[in-house]
Amino acid sequence: MPEEKEKKMIDIYVMGRRYKVPEGLTIMTALEYAGYKYVRGCGCRGGFCGACSTVFRNKDDYKLKMDLACQTAVEDGMFLVQLPFVPSVRTMYEVDEIEPEKDDNLLLEHYPEIARCVSCNTCTKACPQDIEVMDYVQASLRGDIDRAASLSFDCIQCGLCSIRCPADIKHYHLAQEARRIKGKYIDTHSEQLKERVKELDGCVYDERMKELVKMSKEEIKIVYDKREFKKGE
Amino acid sequence: MADGYPEYMRKSIERLESTRDERKDIQFERMHADESDDLLKKFHPDYREEGKQKLKIGASKGEKVPLELLALLEAPSLIDPSEINLDQIDYDVDILIIGGGGAGTVAALWAMKEGISPENILIATKLRHGDSNSMMAQGGIQAADTKDDSPVQHYLDAMGGGHYTNEPELLEALTKDAPKLIKWHEELGILYDRDEEGEFIELPGGGTSRYRLHSSGDYTGMELMRVMRDEARNKDLPVLEFAPAVELLTDEDGTVTGALMMNLETNEYYVVRAKSTILATGGFGRLHVQSYPTSNHYGATGDGLIMGYRVGVPLKDMDSVQYHPTGAVFPEQVLGLLVTEKVRSLGAQPVNDEGELFVNPLEPRDVEAASFIRECYGRERGVETPTGMKGVWLDSPLIDVLKGEGTVAKNLPAMVRQYKRFNIDITKDPMLVFPTLHYQNGGLAIDKSGATPVPGLFACGEVTGGVHGKNRLMGNSLLDFNVFGKRAGISAAKHVAKVSKGKLTLKHVERYGKALKSAGIDTKIASPLLLPEYRGKKVLERHLDIEVTL
Repeated sequence: MPEEKEKKMIDIYVMGRRYKVPEGLTIMTALEYAGYKYVRGCGCRGGFCGACSTVFRNKDDYKLKMDLACQTAVEDGMFLVQLPFVPSVRTMYEVDEIEPEKDDNLLLEHYPEIARCVSCNTCTKACPQDIEVMDYVQASLRGDIDRAASLSFDCIQCGLCSIRCPADIKHYHLAQEARRIKGKYIDTHSEQLKERVKELDGCVYDERMKELVKMSKEEIKIVYDKREFKKGE
Repeated sequence: MADGYPEYMRKSIERLESTRDERKDIQFERMHADESDDLLKKFHPDYREEGKQKLKIGASKGEKVPLELLALLEAPSLIDPSEINLDQIDYDVDILIIGGGGAGTVAALWAMKEGISPENILIATKLRHGDSNSMMAQGGIQAADTKDDSPVQHYLDAMGGGHYTNEPELLEALTKDAPKLIKWHEELGILYDRDEEGEFIELPGGGTSRYRLHSSGDYTGMELMRVMRDEARNKDLPVLEFAPAVELLTDEDGTVTGALMMNLETNEYYVVRAKSTILATGGFGRLHVQSYPTSNHYGATGDGLIMGYRVGVPLKDMDSVQYHPTGAVFPEQVLGLLVTEKVRSLGAQPVNDEGELFVNPLEPRDVEAASFIRECYGRERGVETPTGMKGVWLDSPLIDVLKGEGTVAKNLPAMVRQYKRFNIDITKDPMLVFPTLHYQNGGLAIDKSGATPVPGLFACGEVTGGVHGKNRLMGNSLLDFNVFGKRAGISAAKHVAKVSKGKLTLKHVERYGKALKSAGIDTKIASPLLLPEYRGKKVLERHLDIEVTL
């Protein structure tokens, strides 16, 4: 069992103001403990949504650091501020009308600022997901959409890369378009699925389904208990 | 060695390590039916009668719901109807969609396909567009598309999994539409895990008799949600963020004609008139039913249940809640996070504070969950965390002992990464787990078109009930918001052509207030909740209710 003395209190500075909070909390729960109620800057609380981008500096450290408030523990002497919004522009496109097969420079045309990348790698260092952000920007420049899509897959679109970029690149919007192009135009689509949809359009399963829908609890229980397990391929 | 555990936990881990060798080959006997029935009755939250109560008013009067929800259902509105001016309409649209998660976004995209132009649609959402449980779903989405599989088989699995309480016509829609929705995803450019021929790599889930789960790494929900949001943005679909609905609006006859929204930052209200209104507000994990931690999103406070119930929509299966046995309980940073069942499938054992194995690791989910609860709160052999919660150890290093060095790292890379962030190496140290509130099985009653029994009102996604009955299978929630988002969007669009713009009143709120009074219900709270309260006790006790103006 933990003892009270083990719940050590530490100092954090929220936009400069000092609060005493228990050790071991996340930045998010520490701010709540201190009395802040989130409206902005809080989303899934599990590291999936990118709502809680936070900028901080640790005690006696000259470096500005970035991470997610819900996934980072507070440390004694931490100065912090949250970034509840990233102002950024994205390019509108019709996914059905673009022709990436014919146009290697599609991403460069939609996001010309990627040509300004100076390879400083600040975006990569800012990424809380440890994505090789600069590498996917470079892949996009070369027209290698498949690689840009794969490298950026774990992106939670928090925008920290774009906030830090000296070239004003909008990495996460660029990456989103790359991934959709891969999903729609580069990846081979399923033949089995196409067949199944055709069967459904032909009402192949309707009769058996109708029988099941009409069954009483007792009747369907018997069918369920007799069902076989298969791998399905 | 990395040590994210405090000293007193380290001692408990030493006790666990000291018994590992004698435990490793033990096959803990599975419980007999009467034994597990007794355990469930005593310790599973769903079986705790004191956790629920019958509703005293409304369309589902007499039905039992969790107390945390009951308190909000049987509470007056946040607003006083006499203070609201409904003559000044801020947004006049064909379709209002309340909720910008998966269900709401799918509904909007399909309403547009049905011919409604984007400027005649409004998505209003409490937080940001996409902030939702949809974003957090990791596992995958079910769709019967392989040769050995069929929608009929999918129907059968889900019906058995739901203890035969599912609504047959909703389940038929879910399973028959599934392959078509995956086809739509291909057209949108959603990435799925595929083999070299482009066929999906499909996995089994609990209770599925076929390999049917389609996934996108362990970010399936996020991939779906971010692509759908991208598509909505390409179509210039209007989205009002940080603007939750506080009440629906109705005409004199009780037909839903729009909603009253609130700007969460300025507290100004907005009047929205709509020919069709879709509730897509998601689930209620953040109500922390019976004080459970949750794997849910910050905004999952069940607002749609409250607003829908006030206009007269009945609730279905609200007495059952899905708890996953292994939610992370330490460190604080990952509280409620799901620890995949695969950890136990690979051989990890649940172990108490004294280093004892106390249950077969692979009992059914509800039984396993109940046994963890008994260990912590019945037998007092759990491990307490610095924030006062309790859990049991999941001995993950045992996996490497049983199956060879490197098995954990190879099979559970995401889990390893998640814990590594907090200096815990799960290949060397166990994880502390406790059941976590995961899903709202029940919800507002709808028909197969996504329409509620109240004219003008549609609903889709986790806010609805019936399709999963009293227990949802893994992989059917992402599918649910796709199938019924689409259906509700199309139905709402068709409804637009049939009606003219309605009168706006808050009569139903007044009527509900009177019903509360005549039932003798007197409460200090008002609903919907909008956001959960996590502020520190000391701050709240000293909180001055003064509005400071600039």
